Amino acid sequence: MSAANATGRGASPLKRFGLPALLIALALLFPFLDDGLGLGLMFPVIVIAVYVMLALGLNIVIGFAGLLDLGFVAFYALGAYVVGWFASGHFNQVSISFLSTARSISGGSPAGIHISFWILLIVAGAFTALCGIIIGAPTLRLRGDYLAIVTLGFGEIIPRFFQNGDNLGGFNLTNGTIGIKSIDSPGISILPDSLSTWQRFGTLDLNPWYYTILLLVLITVYVNIRLRDSRLGRAWVSVREDETAAAAMGINPVTTKLWAYALGAMFGGVAGAFYGAFIKSIFPTSFSFNISILVLCMVILGGMGNIYGVILGAIALQGINFYLLPQINDWVHAIGESLGSPLLAGADIPKYNFFIFGIILVLMMLLRPEGIIPNRQRQEELHDDSDAGGDALGGTVRA
Amino acid sequence: MPEENGGSVANVLEARGITKAFGGLLAVNAVDFDIPERAIVSLIGPNGAGKTTFFNMVSGLYTPTRGRFVLTGRDITKMKPHQRAQMGLGRTFQNIRLFGTMSAVDNVLAGMHVRLKGSILGAVLKMPGVRREEKEAREKAHALLDFVGLRGRETFAKNLPYGDQRRLEIARALASDPKLLLLDEPTAGMNPQETARLTELIGRLRQERGLSVLLIEHEMRVVMSISDRVTVLDHGEKISEGTPTEVRQDERVIEAYLGTARTG
Repeated sequence: MSAANATGRGASPLKRFGLPALLIALALLFPFLDDGLGLGLMFPVIVIAVYVMLALGLNIVIGFAGLLDLGFVAFYALGAYVVGWFASGHFNQVSISFLSTARSISGGSPAGIHISFWILLIVAGAFTALCGIIIGAPTLRLRGDYLAIVTLGFGEIIPRFFQNGDNLGGFNLTNGTIGIKSIDSPGISILPDSLSTWQRFGTLDLNPWYYTILLLVLITVYVNIRLRDSRLGRAWVSVREDETAAAAMGINPVTTKLWAYALGAMFGGVAGAFYGAFIKSIFPTSFSFNISILVLCMVILGGMGNIYGVILGAIALQGINFYLLPQINDWVHAIGESLGSPLLAGADIPKYNFFIFGIILVLMMLLRPEGIIPNRQRQEELHDDSDAGGDALGGTVRA
Repeated sequence: MPEENGGSVANVLEARGITKAFGGLLAVNAVDFDIPERAIVSLIGPNGAGKTTFFNMVSGLYTPTRGRFVLTGRDITKMKPHQRAQMGLGRTFQNIRLFGTMSAVDNVLAGMHVRLKGSILGAVLKMPGVRREEKEAREKAHALLDFVGLRGRETFAKNLPYGDQRRLEIARALASDPKLLLLDEPTAGMNPQETARLTELIGRLRQERGLSVLLIEHEMRVVMSISDRVTVLDHGEKISEGTPTEVRQDERVIEAYLGTARTG
């Protein structure tokens, strides 16, 4: 953060506020652009935004606090299931509604628990933060590789739990592999009828969804920046750099790391809650290990610890997934057909996405390990060759 | 003891019967040790005498096998390093352990961590109390860097010259407002001018800031010129204690350092 501070203060106001303002304006206008040009990209862009939020959450854990978390998907899943449980007909034994958009066909109160999406966003965030603390408290005493292995296990256990949680002593908590379906749509019911698409978010007009996730992403970015420059942000860097020295300064390494874990989990959970409501049905298989790795790749590719870098990483990787690979697929098919090659004409390029990500990651590690838009501190850490001897010499020469 | 008149001066640190065994090896054996208020106390001894082990037990990196530590009247034997630091114990490291990719100012601010109260929510919401505290902390950090005489403020700590890194480590330790400062070979690797400047700085720690200092040092000129009391360890045992003059003339000390054969 020192570096960020220094550059932030030194930079001209245009650079400091101009670029973010331009990007926000562009993001606000995107639905009109999409509509006007007939791009039809609203759906993928919303999913990309969910991943931006996930990557920013993981960036707190990995980028700021330097904890390798290979099970981040667990919090994403927990957030989604919070919405699944409390905004659907899943628990049909009861009938509880609170500020929900859900209506039953008969006009009575619908079966299941139906709580307002907006409340559930907060509940999901709080719940996953709590889970982060519960998981983190015993494991964050571990360092480095050991922590990575424990989080890996945790990321595997949670989807398994959802898969097998349909009969917990006779109680159906998660509905197993069938998952939870017909999750309520969010909505702001107090709005006038002229804004009917906002009263209850539909599947035809995606604008309300888009602006909701955009707001969530902007809040996440803002909180990320504020945390980075705070007292806690300094504690994170110091623990990341040298845990023993940090403890000797009175910084409690365990609680410092726990905060990173809990805050990262919170953003993962909120992203999951949004995704659950957006996609309307959640299955244990939607939260596989691949997602942990994909989000990790976004953080590393973009530049650990750099907020803009992480956003770019998320957009780049999901952009490849949603847009570029299907495009390439079409091209390959077209080439295959014109050449009369059944191998190319029937190729399924998107199937190889993780193969392609793997290559990208290896190339990045070889060519630019600090990421596309690096964090200055991380860059220093990775290019450490000018260290040791030279400095000691410099010291004596200078004195 | 020609020094103080009995118990009128309170002790910042009292160590009683400190013993540390690594397996069968007694690294430190039943050492009693006091550091009076506003005193500079040195711990010396040949290599492997147990100085650093003792030091690490004071700061909490090792737990003693037997014995207890009392810091300003409170038993800290079972406390973790960060709790001891909160209680008023600051330290530097023999092999400099700065936060390399933080600027000098940020290193000092990280050292100030326990004395700041800004909450997470306060930081996120930019609450005026937190902003004011940050501003004051920054001013205090610059004052501390002035005190130790460091000029490069915004460069990464690891890019500072060696002598400056030593000074920055002291500034960082001072940031937590310690009552007792532990310095582990602060002049190691320094040239004579740098050593002289650092010796002067250690003296000022007591005069201007009222600190007590526990010093491990190999450079005898430094030890003899600024210490009020010197304790000598050899093979984990305290073999001598007293003023620099007394210790210098103690036969057991000469023996430990130079061997038995005395040429007269």
